[in-house]
This record gives sequence, structure tokens and C-alpha cells, in this order.
Amino acid sequence: MTKVLLRVEGLKKYFPINKGVFNKQVGNVKAVDNVSFDVFEGETLGIVGESGCGKSTAGRLLMRLLEPTEGNIEFAGKKISELSNKEMRKARRDIQMIFQDPYASLNPRHTVGKILEEPLIVHGMGNSAERKKKVLELLQIVGLNEYHIKRYPHQFSGGQRQRIGIARALMTNPRLIIADEPVSALDVSIQAQVLNLMQKLQRELKLTYIFISHDLGVVRHISNRVGVMYLGKLVELTASEDLYAEPLHPYTQALLSSVPVPDPAFEREQLIISGDIPSASNPPSGCSFHTRCPFKKEECSTVIPKMQEVKPGHYVACHLYDEMQH
Amino acid sequence: MAEVIDLKKDAVQNRAAGPWREGWRSFKKSKISLIGAGIVLFFIVLAVYGPNIAPQGVNEQDFTKRLLAPSGQHWFGTDDFGRDIFSRVVHGARISLWVGLFSVILSAIVGSVLGIVAGYYGKWIDTIISRLFDIMLAFPSILLAIAVVAVLGPSLQNALIAIAIINVPNFGRLIRSKVLSVKEEEYIVAAKAIGMRDIRILFSHILPNSMTPIIVQGTLAIATAIIEAAALGFLGLGAQAPAPEWGKMLADARIYLLKAPWTMIFPGLAIMLTVLGFNLMGDGLRDALDPKMKS
Repeated sequence: MTKVLLRVEGLKKYFPINKGVFNKQVGNVKAVDNVSFDVFEGETLGIVGESGCGKSTAGRLLMRLLEPTEGNIEFAGKKISELSNKEMRKARRDIQMIFQDPYASLNPRHTVGKILEEPLIVHGMGNSAERKKKVLELLQIVGLNEYHIKRYPHQFSGGQRQRIGIARALMTNPRLIIADEPVSALDVSIQAQVLNLMQKLQRELKLTYIFISHDLGVVRHISNRVGVMYLGKLVELTASEDLYAEPLHPYTQALLSSVPVPDPAFEREQLIISGDIPSASNPPSGCSFHTRCPFKKEECSTVIPKMQEVKPGHYVACHLYDEMQH
Repeated sequence: MAEVIDLKKDAVQNRAAGPWREGWRSFKKSKISLIGAGIVLFFIVLAVYGPNIAPQGVNEQDFTKRLLAPSGQHWFGTDDFGRDIFSRVVHGARISLWVGLFSVILSAIVGSVLGIVAGYYGKWIDTIISRLFDIMLAFPSILLAIAVVAVLGPSLQNALIAIAIINVPNFGRLIRSKVLSVKEEEYIVAAKAIGMRDIRILFSHILPNSMTPIIVQGTLAIATAIIEAAALGFLGLGAQAPAPEWGKMLADARIYLLKAPWTMIFPGLAIMLTVLGFNLMGDGLRDALDPKMKS
């Protein structure tokens, strides 16, 4: 069995809602609510969900760009959630992030050379000549040219910028890369290029990815395992093939049946869910999906379903599968 | 032939087109702002080479030549002590620019530090600093300057300090609001993700991206600072006699307004021109560096 690189247990992030003259706390937005999962070394774990389901927040919690309200994060045996700010800064060398918007994630006033060199300076890696060499090396790896080093971000296309973002994430030789919607801002043709680049880098540099996206097709293409999030909770987690072949959670089934198939003659049973995603500040009781679930049972509105292993490696949080356990 | 063209193209591509260079390119396009910059440059030359340009010493008195009208010998006429007004106006450029520039630099530095701290750290620090700015802005600025000078004692240096103090909240608020928006940018999150310290993020990422409004506001503030210095000089709270400060010259000349109007016109014109120059240049800079601020 491969090694667990990152273990997340009971991760929660509640944002307080303050109102009134005295800023009294009147409630919480439960952006991430009790999420647990493991990431194995060398794999790509995809996390999918609608916008607002807390997937990006989860990504930022893992890097402690946001402080978790509760929960444990263990990276390579180290409890990240308990590190001091100073120790956390150092730990970030091993965990890096690729951002969604390649237009916003690069400092417009720095040249590409400076953007790429900065992580090395911050972590005190190498002298000036070594750093320069490493910058050139990575530019080449991500498919850019040596002369790009003196240019500013606005002189590049979206795809090229995202390559710069990837190169920056790789500068410190990280082990885990959290990619937060890395291709959603790009054209489809460019998406494929960037995804292929990420896969190539994964093979060559033995990287582990957490790939956050709302695009089921993209996630299927790149992930070994996929976790589905709904309203701050992880509802299903399993190997990529399993999820797409045999989704268990009604929400996952609905999501998958909404993926367009490029075949006009194709007819399928569509599972259409009605209603909007409920507010995270006032989530439904019990199973948070029960308000929209076509298979709703009585207990769904009262008892929060637990994540259970229904088949080997296939976890789902749904009362429909309660009997299978017993 | 083809090779030559290729080389040229390559050179163009490789030229680093930084944000400042782009700013200059669009600044050049506006005639009005170039005129402003020209006026400013002219007064800077006057300030630097004043003693070499002026035909007479600042305080060279000749009582046989009191209140003479402008002529070939005395371009701007003479004042009640028989001093050459042209020479005094030329020397005055140094005082006004010096006060304008240094008071603005001083307030920009203090205001920026306070504004950055307030904007970046937020919470109670922000509340304290912002309320302090509010209190200072509640006073009419010239009144506050008069109060400061009254405490420190009237002199050119104290006028400079007073002007610097009253301008601090303007810069502070400006940069605070800019920092508030810049710190939410994804490249700041990215900088944190890389593992940077706050201090590096502040000075290497947030400050450079918050500079443009400071430069624009700074240029415009030099104009108001020159007016304020002149006003303080006029009230006798700034430069003291016999310094050739323009505001002071206006004050000394006002009794001869009807008899010898040139004693007032030329220092007044000098104030107006410098202020106009800085304002035009400031507007041009704003359009060039910060297109979003265009109304």
C-alpha cells in the first residue's frame, strides 16, 4: 500500500456572521464542515463540487492560508495544524499551490524571473547563480523560453501565465501541490496542454496533487481518486473509475447525469434535482442534501449520515446505504 | 535583409516593457500634461540655478530705485526697498519648491506607513489610525497648519512641518484603501502560499502595487503645499523677512496694490504657474498610471 502523505481529519472552517451595532455574532457560515480524507503519495486526488461548496476554502485550509476552526491536518507525519506561524512558513516549501486565475495570481510589477526566483530567496535556497540556473531550468520544463525571464506577466497569454504559475509552485521542489481550479480560466484547447503538462510533471517529479475543480470531465481525466463535496461536506470519495461508472450518492449521480455527452443520439436517464443549493449559513438539518434528494427517507432530515466504506475504497455519506453495513 | 528585420523584431520583443515604461508612453501622448511637466521643469531649473540666473542679489537694496515699474533693467520692476522683483521671484522658486517637495515627501512617508499598517493588519490598529485621520480631517487644513505653527513658532521650517502634518491623513487614507484592495489580490495569497514573511509581502508586493495613487496624489499635493506655504507666509507664519518667499512678498506688497501693482502681480503669477504646472502634471500622471481613476 502506498504511503499516506496528507491526512485530514474533521476539518472545519466556520466564518462568523456579525450583525448589528455591536457586531454580535449571529451565526456561522459553515464553509467546510467536518471533512476527512487521506491523500496517498504520488496520486492525484480530485475534489469536485458546485461553486460555493467549500472546495477552494478546503484547499486554502490545507496550506493554512486560512486558519481552520477545528480539525487535524497531518502532512508527512507532521501536524501542520499545530505549527507556529514561523514553522508553517517553512513547511510551505513542501506544499505549494497553483491558483485559478492566471491573470491575478502573478504580481504585475515583477518580471517572470523575479516571480520565479522569489520562492528560492524566501526559503534561502542556493546562491544567486544557482537560483538563476534553477529558474531557467524550470522555465524550460514548463515549456517557456529563456528570454521570457525579463518579461512582465501582462505580456503573456493565459496559458503561458498558468505555466509560470506552475513553474513558481515547483521552484522549491514541493511534494504536494494543491491546484485550485488551475484550468477553469483557460480555453479548452489550452486546458488540455496545461493538464498534460501537470501530468508529465507528476510522473517526472513524483508529485502528489490535490486537484480542485468544478469540471467533472477535467477531474476524471487527471485524478486517481475523486471526492465530491456538497455544502461544505464530503459526500462521496472513491477511485475515479468507480465514481464515474457507479456513483452511489444521489448528488453525485445527479452531477454526473448533467455532464453533456457529445452524441446527439445518446439518450439516458437523467436524474434532475430541483431547487437551489441551500445557504451554508443555515444548512438543512440531518443530511444537507435531503432538501433536494429524490430518494429522501425519514431519517435523512434528522440524522447526519456518516461517511462509510460501502465497497473497498468507496466511501459515501448517505442513509441509502446504511443497511449494506449491517 | 530578412535577417536584419528579424533582429529588429527580436530586440523589440525583448525590451522589458515594465509598468513604468508603459506609463511614460501614455503620459507622453497628452499635450497638456507635457506642458505641465514643462512648467515644473522650468521652475526646477530656476530653483537650482536661481543665483546664476538672477541679475541682482535677493536683498540688494537701492533706495533711489523704489517701486519702479517693469522696464528693460528691472523686468518685473522693483519693490519698496528698491529690490529687483525678478531676482526675488527667481530665488523664491527654490523656497517654494523645497517646501512643497519636502513637506509632501514627509507626509507621504508617514501617511504611507500608517496607511499600510492600518490597511494590512486591520482590526483595532485600523480603527485607531483611521479615527485619527478623521479627527485631523475634521479641521480646516489651513487652520490646523496655523495651529501647528502657533505651537512650534513661525518659521519656514515649521511651516513645512505643519504642511506635512496636515497632509498626512490624505495620503494615509489613500494608501489604506489601496492596500485593502491589493491585499485581496490572488498574488498576495500566492506570496503567502510561497511562505513569505509579512514584511516582505508588504514592501515587495503590496507597496509597489499601491504606489501609483501616491505618486499622483503626491504631485497634486505639491501644488496645494506650495499654496499653503504661500498662505502661511502671507499670514506671517511661514518664511520670515527678508526671505524672498512668494507668499511673504505678496503680503509685503499689498499696501502698494494700487500704486505699484507689479509688486504683487509677479509673485502671484509665479505661485499660480507652479501650482498649475504641478496640477497639469498630476492629472497627466493619473491618467497615465492609473487609468481606472479616470472619471
